[in-house]
Amino acid sequence: MSIDEKIKEKITSFEELPDAPPRRKIRFSIGGKIGIFFVFFWIVMVFIGPYVSPYNEADILDESLFIVPGGEEYPDTDYQPPSKVAFLGTDYLGRDTLSRILYGARTTIGISFLATLLAYLLGVTLGIAAAVGSEWLDMFLSRFNDAFLSIPTIMMGLVVIAAVGSTIPILIGMTGLIYATSVFRVARSLGQDVMVSDFVEAAKVRGEGLWWIITREILPNVVMPLATDFGLRFVWIILFISSLSFLGLGVQPPMSDWGSMVKENLGGLPYGSISPLMPSLAIATLTIAINLIVDDISAHSGGKLSNRMI
Amino acid sequence: MLFQAVLKRILIGFATLFVVSIIIFLGTSLLPGDVAEIILGQMATPESLAALREKLGMNHPPHTRYLLWLGNLLSGDLGMSKAGSGAGTIGTEISVMIAPRLVNTLRLAGMVALISIPLAMSLGLLASMYPGSRIDRTITFTTLSIISIPDFLVAMILVMIFAVQLGWLPSIAYMSGNETGWQLIRALLMPTLTLVTIVSAQIIRMTRATILNIMSSPYIEMAILKGVPRKRIILRHSLLNTIGPIVNVIALNLAWLIGGVVIVETVFAYPGLAKLMIDGVQTRDLPLVQACAMIFCGTYVVLIMIADMASIISNPRLRHPK
Repeated sequence: MSIDEKIKEKITSFEELPDAPPRRKIRFSIGGKIGIFFVFFWIVMVFIGPYVSPYNEADILDESLFIVPGGEEYPDTDYQPPSKVAFLGTDYLGRDTLSRILYGARTTIGISFLATLLAYLLGVTLGIAAAVGSEWLDMFLSRFNDAFLSIPTIMMGLVVIAAVGSTIPILIGMTGLIYATSVFRVARSLGQDVMVSDFVEAAKVRGEGLWWIITREILPNVVMPLATDFGLRFVWIILFISSLSFLGLGVQPPMSDWGSMVKENLGGLPYGSISPLMPSLAIATLTIAINLIVDDISAHSGGKLSNRMI
Repeated sequence: MLFQAVLKRILIGFATLFVVSIIIFLGTSLLPGDVAEIILGQMATPESLAALREKLGMNHPPHTRYLLWLGNLLSGDLGMSKAGSGAGTIGTEISVMIAPRLVNTLRLAGMVALISIPLAMSLGLLASMYPGSRIDRTITFTTLSIISIPDFLVAMILVMIFAVQLGWLPSIAYMSGNETGWQLIRALLMPTLTLVTIVSAQIIRMTRATILNIMSSPYIEMAILKGVPRKRIILRHSLLNTIGPIVNVIALNLAWLIGGVVIVETVFAYPGLAKLMIDGVQTRDLPLVQACAMIFCGTYVVLIMIADMASIISNPRLRHPK
């Protein structure tokens, strides 16, 4: 064996050294499996929703569809109860509720997902920077962040919308910024915990650069808790965006999302129409599903996570 | 030391309020969106726009406007409504618009606090006494579902049950201002019920987590091991240590009421402060929005401060931060 081969063998055996315990597989409870099913369902609907829906979202259904033998000649098409024509009934203008929910999935989930991504991009970058950077930087970022955190999210949203109005880019940018503050807190606290651990100390003594420490030591150790937090944050952002739309300050007509569907059909509620209920149930299936999955994952990773997330 | 720690927290509270006022002012004042144009509409001439801007004090530089606004705010002058939303017309004193709405909102919040705190604490205590039991799992699952669905769905489900199916209660809470006794209670019932459901779910979860956390601490384990009866452990060992965290939980949840109030007042058309603020946002009545936002954020900051002080007072270790 030549020296080259010996060195090569040494390197490979070094690479094969287990530097972490073997991964345990996450076992999902029944609740978690139901959660996965619903999340998967809605992800598929984001992509194919408009193609599988029975009608177009803007189509006002024809009266002739609702004529029953022996019934009225010209029946009302609005607030129709569920039937074979419209599986989930019709809304206040006589549009098919099911089709509108399937179309709206793209808007609601899309906007919320982009806002969550933005919040993470900002929050994690600044949070890790505060954790590894100088004391002065940490102090500056944290105080600034605390000030923003002391305003309730919905108030912040209302003030911004009062000032600049509500368009989709503003909605995404604003929500991303508002929630970046809480992501920052989680990322900073996770980063600080790893920063004081022995293996980071060892890496520093070894003479590794800051970038190496961030990408090789810190990020791998915070990625799992952050992923779980991403799920929860996504739920809160869906609820936030839906609430704004419900108040008439989120997604503006003619575009529509689940929250604004609830708002426009609220008038049917006293008459027992289910048209405002259905879009909010769509929101609930998605948010509860994500929560169930997150529950299983955080139980798997020790369950200490919830302490950080208040 | 205790006095110093509390004083420090109060000073931080005031500093936070100051920063919040800057953020609210910047958020509404420096961004585009000209009230003068909204008031005068499309028929406005450049001259009348300029005259109105002058009258509304919009020609000063931003920092002067901020100081003027803050000074007026501190002396109780909330300014004039600029767009005339809801009951007011252009030029109504904002304090006149806000006063009756604030009373309504406080009445609602007071009722909710009065009902939900004892109810939720006992349920939370019940769940934490028998962790893992059927009753604990039922409570945990129900509260998790309630906090992960939108607030308006909770409201709608309750309307479906109590107003549509049973017909017991009205589905909106319209008030003309001179209701008394039974009428007032009837109008308040649905919004209160909704908020109690939302807030209780939060308090139950946090109470349960807090007590379980304390019951798993080493000194309780020690007490169990040396054979202290369960009743004595709870009353003598853990109760005093729970008071701080529980006050913390209550203050935090009262602060979170703010988010719920915005939705619930809209669903039931309840004439409270949050509804006034939403109307203000829709008509871009910035002075009104600023005033309402300051009231809500001020309450929020004070409640969070009370929560923090409760933990400082009850936990001596927090008095000497490392």
